[in-house]
Formats: sequence, C-alpha cells, structure tokens
Amino acid sequence: MRLQKLTPQRIWILAGYAATAAALFSAPLFISDFRLNLLAKFLAFAIVALGLDLIWGYTGILSLGHGIFFGLGAYAMAMYLKLEASGGKPPDFMGWSGLKELPLFWKPFEYFGFAVAMGIIIPALLALVLGYFTFRNRIRGVYFTILTQALVIITTTLLIGQQAFTGGTNGVTGYSTILGFSLGSPDTKRVLYWITAAALIAIFAGCRIVIGSRFGKVLRAIRDGENRVRFIGYNPAVYQMVIFTLSAAIAGIAGMLFVLHVGIISPSMLGIVPSIEMVLWVAIGGRGTLIGAVLGAILMNWAKSEFSTAYPEGWLFFMGALFVVVVVFMPKGVAGLAGQLKFRRKRREPDHEGVRNPAV
Amino acid sequence: MKESAILQCDDVTVEFDGFKAVQGMSLKLEKGELRFLIGPNGAGKTTMLDVICGKVRPSAGKVTFGGKVDITRKKEHQIAELGIGRKFQAPSIFPSMTVSENLEIAMRQKRSVFATLFARMEVEERERMDQQLAMIGLQDKAAKRAGGLSHGEKQWLEIGMMLLQEPEILLLDEPVAGMTDKETDKTGELLSQIARKRSIVVVEHDMEFVRNFASKVTVMHEGKLLKEGTMDEVQGDERVAEVYLGKRRDADVSRSTA
Repeated sequence: MRLQKLTPQRIWILAGYAATAAALFSAPLFISDFRLNLLAKFLAFAIVALGLDLIWGYTGILSLGHGIFFGLGAYAMAMYLKLEASGGKPPDFMGWSGLKELPLFWKPFEYFGFAVAMGIIIPALLALVLGYFTFRNRIRGVYFTILTQALVIITTTLLIGQQAFTGGTNGVTGYSTILGFSLGSPDTKRVLYWITAAALIAIFAGCRIVIGSRFGKVLRAIRDGENRVRFIGYNPAVYQMVIFTLSAAIAGIAGMLFVLHVGIISPSMLGIVPSIEMVLWVAIGGRGTLIGAVLGAILMNWAKSEFSTAYPEGWLFFMGALFVVVVVFMPKGVAGLAGQLKFRRKRREPDHEGVRNPAV
Repeated sequence: MKESAILQCDDVTVEFDGFKAVQGMSLKLEKGELRFLIGPNGAGKTTMLDVICGKVRPSAGKVTFGGKVDITRKKEHQIAELGIGRKFQAPSIFPSMTVSENLEIAMRQKRSVFATLFARMEVEERERMDQQLAMIGLQDKAAKRAGGLSHGEKQWLEIGMMLLQEPEILLLDEPVAGMTDKETDKTGELLSQIARKRSIVVVEHDMEFVRNFASKVTVMHEGKLLKEGTMDEVQGDERVAEVYLGKRRDADVSRSTA
C-alpha cells in the first residue's frame, strides 16, 4: 500500500502538508519572540495530542493519565537542566528540605543523553507495566480509564510528598543553560522552537506510517470489536500494550520539549485537570484523525491564551462556549468539518458515525 | 472407515453459575464434513460453538483438534491461529473500516505486531482478496465503509473474512438469518463447496435450509446429545419430534391464542 497513486486529492493533501511545514519553520521570521515561545509550547502539546490520538482515537482506549507520561518526560529534562544550573551540586530545594547530598538517582541526570533517554524510557516503561496488567486481564473501557486516573493521583501525591527529591508542589524550576547555551537568549529559543517543530513533523509522519500499516488497521479493528479481532487470530492485548507504550513515549518527548519552552514543571501541570484537557484537545480537533489532534491542541491552547489575555474575567465562559459549539455542531471535531460541509453539499446518505461516537 | 476426525469433543460440560448449559456432550467431526447442529432454543448449540472456539471454558471434558491438540486450555487467538474460524450470529464485522480493509486483516497471515507493522500487500494477496470480493459479490463496494452495508451484505462479508482466514474448521452460527431465499440457497451451495476441503459446523434454525443441504445432523436438547444421523433418520426419530417439533407446535398454539 506504500505506492499509492498520486490522485489530485493526494496531491492537494501533500501540498497542504508541505505548506504547513514551511509555515512552521519560517514562523520565527514574522512573529515576536513572545508569540514564538507560546507557539513552541503549543507544538509540544500537539505532540502529546498525537500520542493520545493513537491510543484513544485509533484504538478506542481512553487514557486520562497522559499528563503523567508527559510529566515524567518533563521531570527528566528538568532534572538535567537543574543539575546544569547548580553545577552538579544538590539543587536549592534539596537544601531547603535539609538534604545535603545529591540523591543517587539524580546523579546520572547530569548527562543530557541520559536525561533524554529516561524522558522516553520511563513513561514508556510505566505504560508497558500498566498495560501488561490491564490489557492482559481484559480490563478495558471505563475501568481502564479509572485506573489511569488512579495513576495520576498516585504519581502527583508522590511528587508532592517527596519534596526533598522532587521539589514538591513548587516543582523544578530555575534553569540557566542547556548544553551550555543560555535558555534565556532568543537565539536558543529559536533553535528550540525549530527542534520542536521538527519533532512534531517527524512524529506526525511516524504516526501516519503506523496508522497506515496493517498494524494500524488491526488497531482500528480492535476499536471496532476487540473480541472479533481475537477470533481472527490476533492477540489484542499485545497490540494494546505496544500502542499504549508508544503513546506514552511520545507524551514523554512532548514533556521534555515543554520544559525547555516553559522553564518549569510542577505537579499541577501533570495532574488530573491537564490530563483531561489533553483528551479535550483531541476531541475538539477530531479524534481518529492525526491532523485533528494537532489542530485541536494548537487551537484550544491558542484560544485559551487569547481569551485569558483579552477577557481575564470571563475567559472560562468563552472556553465553555467553544466546547458546547464543537460538541453540538461538529460531532467529528474541527477536522471533520471539511467532510461535514462536503456531505451537506452533496446531500448524500447521512453520516451516523458522529452520533454513535460523539466527540466528547 | 479411516480415522480422520479433525475435531473431537468428549463429555463437554459447561456451567454458568450452577446452570448446566451443556452436559456431557460429545461430538466428532470428520475432515471435509458439513455438520448441522440443531435443537430447540436453549439446547446449548451456540454454547458448544463457544467451547470449540475458546470463548467459553468447559468445566469438564476435552476438545481435541487434529487428533492431538487439546484446545480447552488455549486462548481464543491461539485457537483461531490453529485453524478454527467462527462466524457469530449477529454479523460482527469492523464497521468503521472499509470492506477491503476488513478482508485484509482477516486474511491468513502472520499475526504478530512486528509482522503487521511491516506487512506490505503482496500481488498474490491482492488477487486472493479480489477473488473473495467477487465471490461474496461486494467488488463494487470494496472501498465502502463496512458499517454502511445491508444486513445480508454484512453476513457475506463476514463469511468472506472467514474464508480468507483459511481455517480447517468453520463454525457458523445461523449464517442465513436475515437472508432472502435466493441468498440462502447461494450460501448453502457455497457451504457444500467449501466442505469439500474443510470441515464445517453450522448451527441453524431454518429447517428448510437444513433439509436442503445437510448430510449429517446432530440434535441437541437441554445441553445433551439427543440424536445424530442423516436428516431422514433424525426426522423419523420420535424423541426428536417430541422435543423439537412438539415445542414448535406449542409455540404456534400460544401464538394463535395470544
């Protein structure tokens, strides 16, 4: 299936991707440093949304715990940045809690490569372990979702409780440099933006390959009927474990990039509310379409940032109104809008998909 | 007669919370046999199929596949991989995927994550799928979402999926339910054709259909084997008439007085 014919429709889609990629890379030329920093953060969010869409949109498993995978990646990067700032000595918050020595598990985070590897491996491993015990025992649907929420509570409680090791409620902040480059300088910020944009494009392309492969078709089959897949001869548990792990790894990457742009990570950024927000981005953008996940994450965060600056009092109402509008009028999310309009024009068979699988 | 039993069920008992849905049922299926499993509602026919394909674990008894493998301890996907295909009563296809995608993943192939991630559509696979599409009469709808098919078309798609799976044994639960007479005949002929190479067990309520295509019939009643033989033998049996036709007559009476 890799050698698809270049139909006019495909050419348009490819042209659209090329234009978007070009726009992303040239963004530093025409937007301010402040806005660029915001956009970089949104792109990092778009990466988590992609991961979440793989597991929820395509495999039908709702995870309300992706904040944790995102956060673990973020903490791994934050530990490296903090150690670079303190020159390998115990960071400030450890001193406040009376810790004189750098804990053993902090030490290897001095190395950038190790921190990056851990930012991917730790969330992936956690997802694999959770997936192993749940999917193999056929825990699914709302029960799985509740377990992911439990994971969020356990992890945030742990992070807050172990203040000496994690910075507690304040999290980890106060960085200076990354690999010797000042994090505050516009040049570094621009490079970090480009890295984030490149990561988003690479992960997007990777997800497309995964979804387009036969593996991706089995995932969609699992979403449609897990038992039927079993009687064809596939073991759904293995597929679910693999995609959940991949999804968590992607969230970890997003978390690492997020810390670079925002300069802080704390338990409140990976708790229950952010975890649910991530799901909302995918729902609003259009679950089950990769472009929808990306659009949803960028659009929602952009709206949040604009509304909260313009209407500091009532911005939450605007966000609420936005949800209602999307849920009521765009059952397939923003990405489904094009298809919806086409349907209306052609007046063909009504599409019941949206009714059966509402966006939220 | 040569011993070529592809499937042997010995004294299978299934309990649901103390209720015995199947009690000491034995069934032997020869290679290339088309077997019909009939009986009144609640006789345990579907449960028997569930046991064979691994959906339900029997509390006692043994199911042997190919003369050596005991499949009662195996998982569903392992049993499917051994070569036992199942078609459920309600058409269960993957509604959000296209007709050809449905066939593609059902097709006989390596089923590991690694294999599917790097699988490419081979010319030979494409041809096999096209043949199957033509046979089930859905070649014009290959790119359509399977969820939008009619009931009969879904039934056919599922049969097509099972054939591409190339199982040794096909288990079909009321395959002609909801089909027109013409479609029913077509299904019957297809099944007789398939039975030359493979073995089939069909659970069926449509007696007309059974009469037309059955070579050997197994009658179940209250979870037990009641009678096994040709259609004529079964129809001539008094006990069968009593439990099966008797029930039916009762049902007719109650309907007419209602």
